[in-house]
Amino acid sequence: MRRESNSLLQNGIEVEGLVRSFKDIRAVDGIDISIEPGQIYGFLGPNGAGKSTTVHMLTTLLPPSAGRATVAGYDVQRDGAKVRAAIGAALQDTALDPFLSGREHLRLQASLHGIRGDRRKELIDRLLGRVGLTSAGDRKIRTYSGGMKRRLDLALALIHDPSTLFLDEPTTGLDPQSRTALWEEVGRLARDEGVTVFLTTQYLEEADVLADRVGIIDHGRIVAEGTPAQLKAEIGKATVEVVPENPDDRERLAGLLSRFGGETAARPGAYAVQLDAAGALPDVIRALDQEDVRAAEINLHQPTLDDVFLAKTGRKLEGSEDE
Amino acid sequence: MNVTARQIFLIARRSVIRTFRQPGVWIPPLTFPLMLMAVNSNGLRAATHLPGFPTRSFLAFFLPFSFMQGALFASGIAGVDLARDIDTGFLNRLALTPVRDSALLLGQVGGAVGLGAVQSVLYLTVGLIAGVRFVSGAPGAFVMLVLALLIAIGFGGLGLWMALRTGSGEGVQSQFPLLFFLLFISSMNLPRNLIEVGWFRDLATLNPVSYMIEALRSLVIEGWNAQALALGFGFTLALIGISMWLAARQLKVRMART
Repeated sequence: MRRESNSLLQNGIEVEGLVRSFKDIRAVDGIDISIEPGQIYGFLGPNGAGKSTTVHMLTTLLPPSAGRATVAGYDVQRDGAKVRAAIGAALQDTALDPFLSGREHLRLQASLHGIRGDRRKELIDRLLGRVGLTSAGDRKIRTYSGGMKRRLDLALALIHDPSTLFLDEPTTGLDPQSRTALWEEVGRLARDEGVTVFLTTQYLEEADVLADRVGIIDHGRIVAEGTPAQLKAEIGKATVEVVPENPDDRERLAGLLSRFGGETAARPGAYAVQLDAAGALPDVIRALDQEDVRAAEINLHQPTLDDVFLAKTGRKLEGSEDE
Repeated sequence: MNVTARQIFLIARRSVIRTFRQPGVWIPPLTFPLMLMAVNSNGLRAATHLPGFPTRSFLAFFLPFSFMQGALFASGIAGVDLARDIDTGFLNRLALTPVRDSALLLGQVGGAVGLGAVQSVLYLTVGLIAGVRFVSGAPGAFVMLVLALLIAIGFGGLGLWMALRTGSGEGVQSQFPLLFFLLFISSMNLPRNLIEVGWFRDLATLNPVSYMIEALRSLVIEGWNAQALALGFGFTLALIGISMWLAARQLKVRMART
Protein backbone atom coordinates (compact mmCIF):
# COMPACT_ATOMS: atom_id res chain seq x y z
CA MET A 1 0.00 0.00 0.00
CA ARG A 2 1.47 3.36 -0.99
CA ARG A 3 1.48 5.95 1.77
CA GLU A 4 0.79 9.07 -0.21
CA SER A 5 -1.21 10.40 2.73
CA ASN A 6 1.99 10.70 4.71
CA SER A 7 3.03 14.33 4.45
CA LEU A 8 6.71 13.40 4.75
CA LEU A 9 6.45 11.72 1.39
CA GLN A 10 5.92 15.10 -0.20
CA ASN A 11 9.68 15.37 0.16
CA GLY A 12 12.50 13.16 -0.97
CA ILE A 13 16.12 14.15 -0.62
CA GLU A 14 17.57 17.53 -1.64
CA VAL A 15 21.29 18.19 -1.44
CA GLU A 16 23.01 21.46 -2.36
CA GLY A 17 26.76 22.00 -2.37
CA LEU A 18 27.37 19.42 0.35
CA VAL A 19 30.97 19.29 1.53
CA ARG A 20 32.74 17.21 4.14
CA SER A 21 36.42 17.75 4.84
CA PHE A 22 38.73 15.69 7.00
CA LYS A 23 41.68 17.97 7.67
CA ASP A 24 43.02 18.74 4.17
CA ILE A 25 41.02 16.08 2.38
CA ARG A 26 37.62 16.94 0.89
CA ALA A 27 35.96 13.53 1.06
CA VAL A 28 32.77 15.03 -0.38
CA ASP A 29 33.40 18.05 -2.51
CA GLY A 30 30.26 20.08 -3.18
CA ILE A 31 27.68 17.62 -4.41
CA ASP A 32 24.12 18.38 -5.52
CA ILE A 33 21.46 15.69 -5.55
CA SER A 34 17.70 15.78 -6.00
CA ILE A 35 15.68 12.64 -5.35
CA GLU A 36 11.93 12.48 -5.71
CA PRO A 37 9.82 10.61 -3.16
CA GLY A 38 9.50 6.91 -3.94
CA GLN A 39 12.55 6.91 -6.20
CA ILE A 40 15.48 4.52 -5.89
CA TYR A 41 18.66 6.53 -6.28
CA GLY A 42 21.80 4.53 -7.01
CA PHE A 43 24.97 6.20 -5.76
CA LEU A 44 27.78 4.55 -7.63
CA GLY A 45 31.49 4.84 -7.12
CA PRO A 46 34.65 3.03 -6.10
CA ASN A 47 35.84 2.61 -2.50
CA GLY A 48 36.90 5.94 -1.03
CA ALA A 49 34.91 7.98 -3.55
CA GLY A 50 32.77 9.61 -0.83
CA LYS A 51 29.67 7.41 -0.88
CA SER A 52 29.63 6.43 2.79
CA THR A 53 30.60 9.93 3.93
CA THR A 54 27.59 11.26 2.03
CA VAL A 55 25.33 8.67 3.66
CA HIS A 56 26.68 9.54 7.10
CA MET A 57 25.89 13.22 6.49
CA LEU A 58 22.41 12.54 5.14
CA THR A 59 21.61 10.23 8.07
CA THR A 60 22.77 12.95 10.54
CA LEU A 61 25.69 10.87 11.85
CA LEU A 62 28.25 13.34 10.52
CA PRO A 63 27.85 17.12 10.36
CA PRO A 64 28.59 18.57 6.91
CA SER A 65 31.48 21.04 6.58
CA ALA A 66 29.45 23.15 4.14
CA GLY A 67 26.31 23.07 2.04
CA ARG A 68 22.86 21.93 3.02
CA ALA A 69 20.69 18.86 2.75
CA THR A 70 17.10 18.01 3.52
CA VAL A 71 15.81 14.48 3.96
CA ALA A 72 12.06 13.82 4.09
CA GLY A 73 11.61 17.57 4.29
CA TYR A 74 13.87 18.10 7.31
CA ASP A 75 17.22 19.86 7.40
CA VAL A 76 19.92 17.38 8.40
CA GLN A 77 21.77 19.98 10.48
CA ARG A 78 18.87 21.71 12.21
CA ASP A 79 16.34 18.89 12.53
CA GLY A 80 18.54 15.87 13.20
CA ALA A 81 16.04 14.11 15.46
CA LYS A 82 13.21 14.54 12.94
CA VAL A 83 15.40 13.23 10.13
CA ARG A 84 16.31 10.18 12.19
CA ALA A 85 12.64 9.52 12.94
CA ALA A 86 11.84 9.60 9.22
CA ILE A 87 14.68 7.43 7.94
CA GLY A 88 15.85 3.86 8.17
CA ALA A 89 19.47 3.00 7.49
CA ALA A 90 21.47 -0.13 6.88
CA LEU A 91 25.03 1.10 6.98
CA GLN A 92 28.07 -0.53 5.45
CA ASP A 93 28.92 -2.65 8.49
CA THR A 94 26.16 -4.99 9.55
CA ALA A 95 26.41 -3.63 13.06
CA LEU A 96 24.88 -6.50 14.99
CA ASP A 97 25.57 -7.88 18.44
CA PRO A 98 26.77 -11.48 18.09
CA PHE A 99 25.38 -12.35 21.53
CA LEU A 100 21.79 -11.26 20.81
CA SER A 101 19.25 -13.02 18.63
CA GLY A 102 17.65 -11.46 15.57
CA ARG A 103 14.38 -11.06 17.45
CA GLU A 104 16.16 -9.36 20.38
CA HIS A 105 17.75 -6.88 17.97
CA LEU A 106 14.37 -6.05 16.49
CA ARG A 107 12.80 -5.75 19.95
CA LEU A 108 15.51 -3.34 21.11
CA GLN A 109 15.30 -1.24 17.95
CA ALA A 110 11.49 -1.12 18.05
CA SER A 111 11.43 -0.24 21.74
CA LEU A 112 13.93 2.59 21.28
CA HIS A 113 11.59 3.95 18.59
CA GLY A 114 8.76 3.81 21.14
CA ILE A 115 6.97 0.82 19.60
CA ARG A 116 5.62 -1.46 22.31
CA GLY A 117 3.30 -4.30 23.22
CA ASP A 118 1.32 -6.30 20.68
CA ARG A 119 2.12 -3.89 17.86
CA ARG A 120 5.84 -4.51 18.39
CA LYS A 121 5.41 -8.27 18.42
CA GLU A 122 3.23 -8.22 15.30
CA LEU A 123 5.71 -5.94 13.52
CA ILE A 124 8.70 -8.10 14.44
CA ASP A 125 6.96 -11.28 13.27
CA ARG A 126 5.96 -9.60 10.00
CA LEU A 127 9.45 -8.23 9.31
CA LEU A 128 11.17 -11.52 10.15
CA GLY A 129 8.80 -13.20 7.71
CA ARG A 130 9.37 -10.58 5.05
CA VAL A 131 13.15 -11.02 5.12
CA GLY A 132 12.92 -14.81 5.42
CA LEU A 133 14.25 -15.11 8.96
CA THR A 134 11.21 -16.43 10.82
CA SER A 135 12.82 -19.74 11.72
CA ALA A 136 16.17 -18.09 12.54
CA GLY A 137 14.72 -15.23 14.56
CA ASP A 138 15.60 -16.71 17.94
CA ARG A 139 19.12 -17.76 16.97
CA LYS A 140 22.15 -15.75 18.08
CA ILE A 141 23.65 -13.53 15.39
CA ARG A 142 26.99 -15.33 15.58
CA THR A 143 25.27 -18.28 13.88
CA TYR A 144 23.98 -16.14 10.98
CA SER A 145 25.49 -16.15 7.50
CA GLY A 146 26.48 -12.88 5.81
CA GLY A 147 23.25 -12.88 3.81
CA MET A 148 21.12 -13.42 6.92
CA LYS A 149 22.86 -10.53 8.67
CA ARG A 150 22.18 -8.23 5.71
CA ARG A 151 18.52 -9.23 5.67
CA LEU A 152 18.19 -8.63 9.41
CA ASP A 153 19.92 -5.28 8.91
CA LEU A 154 17.23 -4.38 6.37
CA ALA A 155 14.48 -5.48 8.76
CA LEU A 156 16.00 -3.32 11.51
CA ALA A 157 16.06 -0.33 9.18
CA LEU A 158 12.35 -0.84 8.47
CA ILE A 159 11.14 -1.39 12.03
CA HIS A 160 9.69 2.12 12.48
CA ASP A 161 8.13 2.31 9.02
CA PRO A 162 10.49 4.96 7.58
CA SER A 163 9.64 7.03 4.53
CA THR A 164 13.29 7.12 3.39
CA LEU A 165 15.75 4.27 3.40
CA PHE A 166 19.54 4.52 3.21
CA LEU A 167 21.32 1.36 2.15
CA ASP A 168 25.10 1.60 2.15
CA GLU A 169 26.48 -1.17 -0.06
CA PRO A 170 23.79 -3.59 1.12
CA THR A 171 24.80 -6.52 -1.05
CA THR A 172 28.58 -6.44 -0.66
CA GLY A 173 29.77 -9.97 0.05
CA LEU A 174 26.42 -11.61 -0.64
CA ASP A 175 25.93 -14.68 -2.81
CA PRO A 176 23.91 -14.12 -6.01
CA GLN A 177 20.74 -15.65 -4.54
CA SER A 178 20.78 -13.43 -1.45
CA ARG A 179 21.60 -10.43 -3.62
CA THR A 180 18.63 -11.04 -5.89
CA ALA A 181 16.31 -11.52 -2.90
CA LEU A 182 17.44 -8.22 -1.41
CA TRP A 183 17.00 -6.41 -4.74
CA GLU A 184 13.45 -7.75 -4.96
CA GLU A 185 12.64 -6.52 -1.45
CA VAL A 186 14.14 -3.06 -2.05
CA GLY A 187 12.30 -2.79 -5.36
CA ARG A 188 9.05 -3.80 -3.67
CA LEU A 189 9.51 -1.20 -0.92
CA ALA A 190 9.86 1.60 -3.45
CA ARG A 191 7.20 0.32 -5.82
CA ASP A 192 4.52 -0.82 -3.36
CA GLU A 193 5.16 1.32 -0.30
CA GLY A 194 6.54 4.49 -1.87
CA VAL A 195 9.74 4.42 0.18
CA THR A 196 12.50 6.70 -1.11
CA VAL A 197 15.70 4.64 -1.34
CA PHE A 198 19.24 6.01 -1.36
CA LEU A 199 21.44 3.08 -2.31
CA THR A 200 25.21 3.16 -2.51
CA THR A 201 26.91 0.42 -4.41
CA GLN A 202 30.08 -0.61 -6.16
CA TYR A 203 28.12 -2.97 -8.37
CA LEU A 204 27.10 -1.61 -11.74
CA GLU A 205 24.53 -4.32 -12.22
CA GLU A 206 22.88 -3.42 -8.93
CA ALA A 207 22.48 0.22 -9.93
CA ASP A 208 21.33 -0.79 -13.40
CA VAL A 209 18.68 -3.21 -12.15
CA LEU A 210 17.38 -1.26 -9.17
CA ALA A 211 17.90 2.45 -9.59
CA ASP A 212 15.49 4.91 -11.17
CA ARG A 213 18.31 7.44 -11.21
CA VAL A 214 22.03 7.02 -10.80
CA GLY A 215 24.71 9.38 -9.56
CA ILE A 216 28.34 8.50 -10.17
CA ILE A 217 30.74 9.88 -7.58
CA ASP A 218 34.49 9.94 -7.94
CA HIS A 219 36.99 11.72 -5.69
CA GLY A 220 34.10 13.37 -3.82
CA ARG A 221 32.43 14.86 -6.89
CA ILE A 222 29.44 13.72 -8.88
CA VAL A 223 30.72 13.16 -12.39
CA ALA A 224 27.47 11.97 -13.98
CA GLU A 225 23.83 11.77 -13.07
CA GLY A 226 20.62 10.61 -14.73
CA THR A 227 18.58 7.50 -15.41
CA PRO A 228 20.70 4.48 -16.36
CA ALA A 229 19.29 4.69 -19.91
CA GLN A 230 20.09 8.42 -20.19
CA LEU A 231 23.63 7.90 -18.97
CA LYS A 232 24.26 5.06 -21.37
CA ALA A 233 22.72 6.96 -24.27
CA GLU A 234 24.83 9.97 -23.39
CA ILE A 235 28.11 8.18 -23.86
CA GLY A 236 27.46 6.09 -26.93
CA LYS A 237 25.64 3.62 -29.03
CA ALA A 238 25.54 -0.14 -29.24
CA THR A 239 28.51 -1.98 -30.69
CA VAL A 240 28.21 -4.98 -33.01
CA GLU A 241 31.12 -7.37 -33.26
CA VAL A 242 31.28 -10.11 -35.93
CA VAL A 243 33.71 -13.03 -36.13
CA PRO A 244 33.79 -14.31 -39.78
CA GLU A 245 33.61 -18.07 -40.26
CA ASN A 246 36.35 -17.78 -42.91
CA PRO A 247 39.22 -15.53 -41.78
CA ASP A 248 39.80 -14.56 -45.41
CA ASP A 249 36.42 -12.77 -45.39
CA ARG A 250 37.63 -10.18 -42.87
CA GLU A 251 38.28 -7.50 -45.53
CA ARG A 252 34.81 -7.96 -47.03
CA LEU A 253 33.30 -7.95 -43.54
CA ALA A 254 35.02 -4.67 -42.73
CA GLY A 255 33.68 -3.06 -45.89
CA LEU A 256 30.19 -4.31 -45.15
CA LEU A 257 30.09 -3.28 -41.50
CA SER A 258 31.58 0.14 -42.16
CA ARG A 259 28.26 1.04 -43.84
CA PHE A 260 26.60 0.81 -40.40
CA GLY A 261 29.04 2.74 -38.23
CA GLY A 262 32.62 3.58 -37.33
CA GLU A 263 35.18 0.93 -36.48
CA THR A 264 35.85 0.27 -32.84
CA ALA A 265 38.10 -2.04 -30.82
CA ALA A 266 37.45 -5.76 -31.32
CA ARG A 267 38.91 -9.10 -30.28
CA PRO A 268 41.57 -10.67 -32.53
CA GLY A 269 39.91 -12.17 -35.61
CA ALA A 270 36.77 -10.09 -35.16
CA TYR A 271 35.62 -6.76 -36.59
CA ALA A 272 33.43 -4.33 -34.66
CA VAL A 273 31.61 -1.08 -35.35
CA GLN A 274 29.68 1.30 -33.15
CA LEU A 275 26.25 1.40 -34.77
CA ASP A 276 25.11 4.79 -36.07
CA ALA A 277 21.43 3.90 -35.67
CA ALA A 278 19.67 2.15 -32.85
CA GLY A 279 18.10 -1.16 -33.82
CA ALA A 280 20.35 -1.65 -36.85
CA LEU A 281 21.29 -5.24 -35.96
CA PRO A 282 18.66 -6.85 -38.25
CA ASP A 283 19.99 -4.76 -41.16
CA VAL A 284 23.53 -5.95 -40.39
CA ILE A 285 22.41 -9.58 -40.39
CA ARG A 286 20.47 -9.10 -43.68
CA ALA A 287 23.55 -7.50 -45.31
CA LEU A 288 25.77 -10.39 -44.15
CA ASP A 289 23.29 -12.83 -45.66
CA GLN A 290 22.91 -10.92 -48.95
CA GLU A 291 26.68 -10.66 -49.45
CA ASP A 292 27.21 -14.23 -48.33
CA VAL A 293 29.59 -13.43 -45.50
CA ARG A 294 29.12 -16.29 -43.05
CA ALA A 295 29.53 -15.32 -39.42
CA ALA A 296 30.83 -17.68 -36.75
CA GLU A 297 29.73 -15.29 -34.02
CA ILE A 298 27.76 -12.03 -33.79
CA ASN A 299 27.77 -10.04 -30.56
CA LEU A 300 25.73 -6.95 -29.79
CA HIS A 301 27.16 -4.94 -26.90
CA GLN A 302 24.94 -2.30 -25.34
CA PRO A 303 26.71 0.48 -23.40
CA THR A 304 26.90 -0.29 -19.66
CA LEU A 305 27.29 1.91 -16.62
CA ASP A 306 30.89 0.75 -16.58
CA ASP A 307 31.27 2.37 -20.00
CA VAL A 308 29.71 5.50 -18.53
CA PHE A 309 32.16 5.42 -15.62
CA LEU A 310 35.04 4.87 -18.03
CA ALA A 311 33.90 7.75 -20.23
CA LYS A 312 33.48 10.13 -17.27
CA THR A 313 36.57 9.24 -15.25
CA GLY A 314 38.91 7.59 -17.73
CA ARG A 315 38.99 4.49 -15.53
CA LYS A 316 37.05 1.27 -15.16
CA LEU A 317 35.00 1.07 -11.96
CA GLU A 318 36.27 -2.37 -10.94
CA GLY A 319 39.67 -1.96 -9.32
CA SER A 320 39.65 1.82 -9.54
CA GLU A 321 39.60 2.14 -5.76
CA ASP A 322 43.30 1.45 -5.73
CA GLU A 323 44.13 4.50 -7.79
CA MET B 1 8.39 5.09 33.29
CA ASN B 2 9.50 8.21 31.41
CA VAL B 3 11.29 8.05 28.06
CA THR B 4 14.84 8.41 29.38
CA ALA B 5 14.34 5.86 32.16
CA ARG B 6 12.86 3.41 29.68
CA GLN B 7 15.78 3.93 27.27
CA ILE B 8 18.27 3.37 30.12
CA PHE B 9 16.42 0.16 31.00
CA LEU B 10 16.49 -1.05 27.37
CA ILE B 11 20.20 -0.37 26.84
CA ALA B 12 21.06 -1.77 30.28
CA ARG B 13 19.06 -4.93 29.65
CA ARG B 14 20.96 -5.53 26.44
CA SER B 15 24.23 -4.87 28.26
CA VAL B 16 23.37 -7.34 31.03
CA ILE B 17 22.20 -10.00 28.56
CA ARG B 18 25.35 -9.81 26.47
CA THR B 19 27.58 -9.84 29.54
CA PHE B 20 25.97 -12.94 31.02
CA ARG B 21 26.04 -14.73 27.66
CA GLN B 22 29.84 -14.55 27.71
CA PRO B 23 31.03 -16.81 30.55
CA GLY B 24 34.61 -15.86 29.77
CA VAL B 25 33.70 -12.29 30.70
CA TRP B 26 31.89 -12.84 34.02
CA ILE B 27 33.57 -15.90 35.52
CA PRO B 28 37.00 -14.31 36.19
CA PRO B 29 35.54 -11.25 38.01
CA LEU B 30 33.53 -13.61 40.18
CA THR B 31 36.26 -16.08 41.03
CA PHE B 32 39.51 -14.11 41.04
CA PRO B 33 38.64 -11.77 43.95
CA LEU B 34 37.41 -14.80 45.93
CA MET B 35 40.69 -16.61 45.34
CA LEU B 36 42.67 -13.54 46.40
CA MET B 37 40.45 -13.19 49.45
CA ALA B 38 41.12 -16.82 50.43
CA VAL B 39 44.88 -16.48 49.94
CA ASN B 40 45.26 -13.12 51.68
CA SER B 41 42.95 -13.82 54.60
CA ASN B 42 45.08 -16.85 55.45
CA GLY B 43 48.51 -15.55 54.44
CA LEU B 44 48.17 -12.17 56.16
CA ARG B 45 46.22 -13.37 59.21
CA ALA B 46 49.20 -12.54 61.44
CA ALA B 47 48.60 -8.83 60.74
CA THR B 48 45.64 -8.95 63.15
CA HIS B 49 48.16 -9.33 66.02
CA LEU B 50 49.61 -5.88 65.26
CA PRO B 51 48.85 -3.45 68.08
CA GLY B 52 45.96 -1.25 67.02
CA PHE B 53 44.68 -3.58 64.28
CA PRO B 54 40.92 -2.93 64.30
CA THR B 55 39.65 -6.54 64.19
CA ARG B 56 40.65 -10.10 65.04
CA SER B 57 39.42 -11.38 61.66
CA PHE B 58 41.58 -10.56 58.65
CA LEU B 59 38.81 -11.95 56.41
CA ALA B 60 36.40 -9.34 57.77
CA PHE B 61 39.07 -6.69 57.22
CA PHE B 62 39.86 -7.85 53.69
CA LEU B 63 36.32 -8.59 52.44
CA PRO B 64 35.66 -5.02 51.18
CA PHE B 65 38.71 -5.24 48.95
CA SER B 66 36.93 -7.93 46.92
CA PHE B 67 34.11 -5.48 46.24
CA MET B 68 36.61 -2.91 44.97
CA GLN B 69 38.37 -5.43 42.81
CA GLY B 70 35.04 -6.58 41.39
CA ALA B 71 34.14 -2.98 40.58
CA LEU B 72 37.36 -2.58 38.61
CA PHE B 73 36.68 -5.72 36.61
CA ALA B 74 33.16 -4.44 35.93
CA SER B 75 34.54 -1.12 34.69
CA GLY B 76 36.70 -2.96 32.20
CA ILE B 77 33.72 -4.93 30.93
CA ALA B 78 31.62 -1.80 30.44
CA GLY B 79 34.46 -0.12 28.56
CA VAL B 80 35.40 -3.06 26.38
CA ASP B 81 31.74 -3.64 25.46
CA LEU B 82 31.32 -0.03 24.40
CA ALA B 83 34.61 -0.10 22.47
CA ARG B 84 33.31 -3.14 20.62
CA ASP B 85 30.07 -1.30 19.83
CA ILE B 86 32.09 1.57 18.40
CA ASP B 87 34.25 -0.78 16.38
CA THR B 88 31.35 -2.77 14.92
CA GLY B 89 29.18 0.27 14.22
CA PHE B 90 26.53 -0.75 16.78
CA LEU B 91 26.90 2.67 18.38
CA ASN B 92 25.89 4.22 15.04
CA ARG B 93 22.87 1.94 14.98
CA LEU B 94 21.85 3.24 18.39
CA ALA B 95 22.66 6.81 17.33
CA LEU B 96 20.10 6.51 14.54
CA THR B 97 17.32 5.82 17.05
CA PRO B 98 15.78 8.49 19.31
CA VAL B 99 18.01 7.30 22.18
CA ARG B 100 19.28 10.09 24.44
CA ASP B 101 22.97 10.48 25.22
CA SER B 102 22.36 10.15 28.95
CA ALA B 103 20.38 6.95 28.43
CA LEU B 104 23.13 5.55 26.26
CA LEU B 105 25.81 6.14 28.89
CA LEU B 106 23.84 5.02 31.92
CA GLY B 107 22.46 2.04 30.02
CA GLN B 108 25.92 0.98 28.91
CA VAL B 109 27.08 0.72 32.53
CA GLY B 110 24.07 -1.52 33.14
CA GLY B 111 26.10 -4.62 32.37
CA ALA B 112 28.71 -3.52 34.88
CA VAL B 113 26.08 -2.83 37.50
CA GLY B 114 24.36 -6.15 36.81
CA LEU B 115 27.62 -8.01 37.15
CA GLY B 116 28.54 -5.87 40.15
CA ALA B 117 25.30 -6.85 41.86
CA VAL B 118 25.91 -10.57 41.31
CA GLN B 119 29.54 -10.19 42.45
CA SER B 120 28.59 -8.28 45.57
CA VAL B 121 25.96 -10.79 46.64
CA LEU B 122 28.41 -13.64 46.03
CA TYR B 123 31.27 -12.02 47.98
CA LEU B 124 28.90 -11.17 50.78
CA THR B 125 27.49 -14.70 50.91
CA VAL B 126 30.94 -16.28 50.88
CA GLY B 127 32.07 -13.87 53.60
CA LEU B 128 29.07 -14.69 55.79
CA ILE B 129 29.53 -18.43 55.27
CA ALA B 130 33.21 -18.03 56.19
CA GLY B 131 32.21 -16.46 59.48
CA VAL B 132 32.29 -12.71 58.84
CA ARG B 133 29.76 -10.87 60.99
CA PHE B 134 28.62 -7.35 60.15
CA VAL B 135 28.86 -5.08 63.18
CA SER B 136 26.34 -2.81 61.42
CA GLY B 137 23.98 -5.78 60.92
CA ALA B 138 21.76 -6.48 57.93
CA PRO B 139 21.14 -2.76 57.17
CA GLY B 140 24.92 -2.32 57.00
CA ALA B 141 25.22 -5.20 54.56
CA PHE B 142 22.56 -3.54 52.42
CA VAL B 143 24.39 -0.18 52.52
CA MET B 144 27.59 -2.00 51.58
CA LEU B 145 25.89 -3.45 48.50
CA VAL B 146 24.59 -0.02 47.51
CA LEU B 147 28.03 1.55 47.89
CA ALA B 148 29.64 -1.31 45.96
CA LEU B 149 27.22 -0.75 43.07
CA LEU B 150 27.88 3.00 43.10
CA ILE B 151 31.62 2.29 42.97
CA ALA B 152 31.01 -0.03 39.99
CA ILE B 153 29.10 2.79 38.24
CA GLY B 154 31.92 5.26 38.96
CA PHE B 155 34.66 3.03 37.61
CA GLY B 156 32.31 1.90 34.81
CA GLY B 157 32.10 5.57 33.79
CA LEU B 158 35.89 5.66 33.52
CA GLY B 159 35.73 2.57 31.31
CA LEU B 160 33.16 4.28 29.06
CA TRP B 161 35.29 7.41 28.85
CA MET B 162 38.34 5.42 27.78
CA ALA B 163 36.26 3.46 25.26
CA LEU B 164 34.84 6.63 23.73
CA ARG B 165 38.25 8.29 23.74
CA THR B 166 40.18 5.43 22.15
CA GLY B 167 37.46 3.46 20.33
CA SER B 168 39.33 0.26 21.08
CA GLY B 169 39.20 -2.52 23.63
CA GLU B 170 42.97 -2.37 23.93
CA GLY B 171 42.73 1.30 24.87
CA VAL B 172 40.29 0.46 27.65
CA GLN B 173 42.44 -2.37 28.94
CA SER B 174 45.45 -0.07 29.05
CA GLN B 175 43.82 1.80 31.95
CA PHE B 176 43.85 -1.31 34.14
CA PRO B 177 47.44 -1.05 35.36
CA LEU B 178 46.70 2.48 36.57
CA LEU B 179 43.49 1.46 38.32
CA PHE B 180 45.13 -1.55 39.94
CA PHE B 181 48.00 0.68 41.00
CA LEU B 182 45.43 2.87 42.77
CA LEU B 183 43.97 -0.20 44.38
CA PHE B 184 47.28 -1.57 45.66
CA ILE B 185 48.58 1.81 46.83
CA SER B 186 45.58 2.13 49.16
CA SER B 187 44.73 0.90 52.64
CA MET B 188 43.63 -2.45 51.24
CA ASN B 189 46.03 -4.57 53.32
CA LEU B 190 46.53 -2.44 56.41
CA PRO B 191 44.80 0.45 58.16
CA ARG B 192 46.58 3.67 57.17
CA ASN B 193 47.70 4.35 60.73
CA LEU B 194 49.59 1.06 60.77
CA ILE B 195 51.47 1.65 57.50
CA GLU B 196 54.98 2.45 58.67
CA VAL B 197 56.54 3.47 55.33
CA GLY B 198 55.90 7.19 55.12
CA TRP B 199 55.58 7.67 51.38
CA PHE B 200 53.24 4.68 51.10
CA ARG B 201 51.06 6.00 53.92
CA ASP B 202 50.99 9.46 52.26
CA LEU B 203 50.00 8.05 48.91
CA ALA B 204 47.33 5.87 50.54
CA THR B 205 46.02 8.96 52.34
CA LEU B 206 45.83 10.90 49.06
CA ASN B 207 44.23 7.98 47.24
CA PRO B 208 40.40 8.20 47.08
CA VAL B 209 40.22 4.42 46.74
CA SER B 210 41.39 4.15 50.37
CA TYR B 211 38.29 6.00 51.52
CA MET B 212 35.99 3.82 49.44
CA ILE B 213 37.53 0.68 50.94
CA GLU B 214 37.44 2.17 54.45
CA ALA B 215 33.75 3.04 54.11
CA LEU B 216 32.93 -0.51 53.03
CA ARG B 217 35.18 -1.89 55.77
CA SER B 218 33.69 0.28 58.47
CA LEU B 219 30.31 -1.35 57.97
CA VAL B 220 31.82 -4.77 58.58
CA ILE B 221 34.17 -4.16 61.48
CA GLU B 222 33.12 -0.87 63.12
CA GLY B 223 29.40 -0.38 62.74
CA TRP B 224 28.01 2.98 61.65
CA ASN B 225 31.04 5.29 61.24
CA ALA B 226 29.55 8.48 59.86
CA GLN B 227 32.88 10.03 58.85
CA ALA B 228 34.07 6.92 57.00
CA LEU B 229 30.73 6.58 55.23
CA ALA B 230 30.59 10.26 54.31
CA LEU B 231 34.09 10.13 52.83
CA GLY B 232 33.40 6.84 51.03
CA PHE B 233 30.10 7.94 49.56
CA GLY B 234 31.47 11.42 48.85
CA PHE B 235 34.47 10.19 46.86
CA THR B 236 32.30 7.62 45.08
CA LEU B 237 29.70 10.19 44.05
CA ALA B 238 32.50 12.51 42.95
CA LEU B 239 33.97 9.69 40.87
CA ILE B 240 30.57 9.04 39.27
CA GLY B 241 30.15 12.74 38.54
CA ILE B 242 33.61 13.19 37.04
CA SER B 243 33.70 9.94 35.06
CA MET B 244 30.21 10.41 33.65
CA TRP B 245 30.96 14.03 32.76
CA LEU B 246 34.12 12.97 30.95
CA ALA B 247 32.24 10.16 29.19
CA ALA B 248 29.35 12.48 28.22
CA ARG B 249 31.80 15.01 26.77
CA GLN B 250 33.60 12.31 24.83
CA LEU B 251 30.31 10.85 23.61
CA LYS B 252 29.49 14.19 21.96
CA VAL B 253 32.80 14.00 20.09
CA ARG B 254 32.44 10.34 19.16
CA MET B 255 28.74 10.45 18.30
CA ALA B 256 28.63 13.76 16.44
CA ARG B 257 25.05 13.34 15.25
CA THR B 258 23.32 16.59 14.41
